[in-house]
Amino acid sequence: MQTTYLATYLAIKELIRNRGRFLLVALVIALITLLVLFIAALGEGLGNGNRQYVANLDAQLIVFLEKSDYIISSSRLETNTARSVRRVDGVADAGAIYTSSSEIVSLDEPLKVSLLGVEPGRPGMPTILEGREFRIGEARETVIDRNVALRTNLKVGDIIEIRSTQGTEDEFFELKVVGLVDGQSYFFQPTIFVPPATWEKIRPQSEAELTSDTPFPNIVAVKLRDPMQIEEMSVRLIERIPNIEVADIQTTINNIPGYSAQQGTVQTQAVFTLLIGVLVIGGFFQIQILQKVPQIGVLKAIGSANGMVGLSAVIQIIIVTAMGVGIGGGLTWLFSLGFPPTIPLVFNGINSLVAVILLLLIGPIGGLVSIIYAVRIEPLKALRLG
Amino acid sequence: MSDIALEVRDLVKSFSLDGAAINAVDQVSFQVKFGEFVALVGPSGSGKTTMLSILAALLTPTSGQVLIDGQDLSKMSEKERVKLRREKIGFTFQANNLIPFLSARENVEFMLRLNGKLDHGSRIRSDELLARLGLGERLHNLPAQMSGGQQQRVAIARALIHNPALVLADEPTASLDTERAFQVVETFANLIHENGRAGIIVTHDLRMCQFVDRVLQMQDGKLVRVYETKKEIMELAVAAVH
Repeated sequence: MQTTYLATYLAIKELIRNRGRFLLVALVIALITLLVLFIAALGEGLGNGNRQYVANLDAQLIVFLEKSDYIISSSRLETNTARSVRRVDGVADAGAIYTSSSEIVSLDEPLKVSLLGVEPGRPGMPTILEGREFRIGEARETVIDRNVALRTNLKVGDIIEIRSTQGTEDEFFELKVVGLVDGQSYFFQPTIFVPPATWEKIRPQSEAELTSDTPFPNIVAVKLRDPMQIEEMSVRLIERIPNIEVADIQTTINNIPGYSAQQGTVQTQAVFTLLIGVLVIGGFFQIQILQKVPQIGVLKAIGSANGMVGLSAVIQIIIVTAMGVGIGGGLTWLFSLGFPPTIPLVFNGINSLVAVILLLLIGPIGGLVSIIYAVRIEPLKALRLG
Repeated sequence: MSDIALEVRDLVKSFSLDGAAINAVDQVSFQVKFGEFVALVGPSGSGKTTMLSILAALLTPTSGQVLIDGQDLSKMSEKERVKLRREKIGFTFQANNLIPFLSARENVEFMLRLNGKLDHGSRIRSDELLARLGLGERLHNLPAQMSGGQQQRVAIARALIHNPALVLADEPTASLDTERAFQVVETFANLIHENGRAGIIVTHDLRMCQFVDRVLQMQDGKLVRVYETKKEIMELAVAAVH
């Protein structure tokens, strides 16, 4: 108790009296925090841009065309696959999903979007936040995701015009916005949803495809009666329906082209930033301890225990690190307010918390060598004999 | 209670140099009573600082005994030696004496904090001691804001505030001009006498001996001569002036 009190007393006195020096270190930690939190947010944002729609599906399994290697764009199922899946025992519901991309041109700045054909009321159709689902058939209606609304100020009731290259001609189609859903980015683009028949009409297609009115889904989202039976239902679906392969949601996400490489890159950056932080903080505290060798020698000579000297260094490191992380967190929040929605920054609570905990640990880890060094300083240093 | 604050018996400290054993302290014995101020003098390499380090419980002797206020250092664990340094010994060093981020008052009070003796009464005593040393206006100054002499006086206050049995001073005047050096040692001697503590000052400046009660002269690790009478001591100090 006495040791802790004295260690805290010394640590705080030194922090206050040398506040300029320690504030500089805290600011370095704040910059590292800013960098780490932004990298984490960027990783989350980029990941979301890629996986958001798939991750939010109200389904446990995804049906692909056999040998498509779980890549959505490589899969092109038979038109009646969703109906076949729905007949399999254990399936609660299934919805076909058709993917393509397009461009909204009726805006000051044209916006590239993912154009997804989904069946209203079935897996694949996100929950409506405002307005209603579109009608089935060839209704020229669309539901937009929040990312589209944020970037364009479009709202329910507006009419949008999209451009689609069909054959060698550019065609323009008008769609009425009838509903708004939460963020559903897919393949780095905000998303608009249309009925399958409308999707087949308005999607970009080659000359050869123009002759067909039959839409072929890329994948089918499968909702199970028992969400725990993923393994069994995968096997059952493959047995009952020819020419398909089945994956769970996470496998589907990991096989989105570029997703794993992108996340690996971002995580590596974050790890290296943390490592640099450990080295910078470790270097600072080591230099500081080297400058304080005679002082620590005197402290020990007059009867301060090793534990007290070490604990004082630990307390100091923790306080400076916490200050730096606090300032860095505040700066991150301030900067995030000024970033436009086109920059994919998403501050996920759990990821940010993990980053903050790691950042709080880099101080003591970085300062470990200096703490050990401080504890080992001989009190004889005070008498010029050390 | 014995009037002996420090007793050194047949003390030897050997170091190995290029394979050969060198006795930095060689069969030294002496006593210091409470209220007595003793100077340890000798040329460089005579063993003064090694002796002081052993007396300060910072260095373990090769053989022999050191008893401080009746407690035998050779029988103590490291933890007990730390406790002894905290409670029974006061220190002033040649340089880097004070904790740089604590004010004069806080440096002195730190010794009381270490011993769990800081209260209203001891705070007043600490301020009075600093005032007595001419630092009444400097209580809140940091070491960097004080002269070398003022810093040494703060160190003296810190060495005495917790009423240790033994006060050790390692070349306290080395970085001071002559006038300040005399002031510091004279004040130190007065406080040792007034408080009835035992004091040992290691110095190469024999002029400072005029303020002590006894001079122990070391050479090649041995105690070669003891100056005990005031006449002998003054002759030594005067000879140093010339």
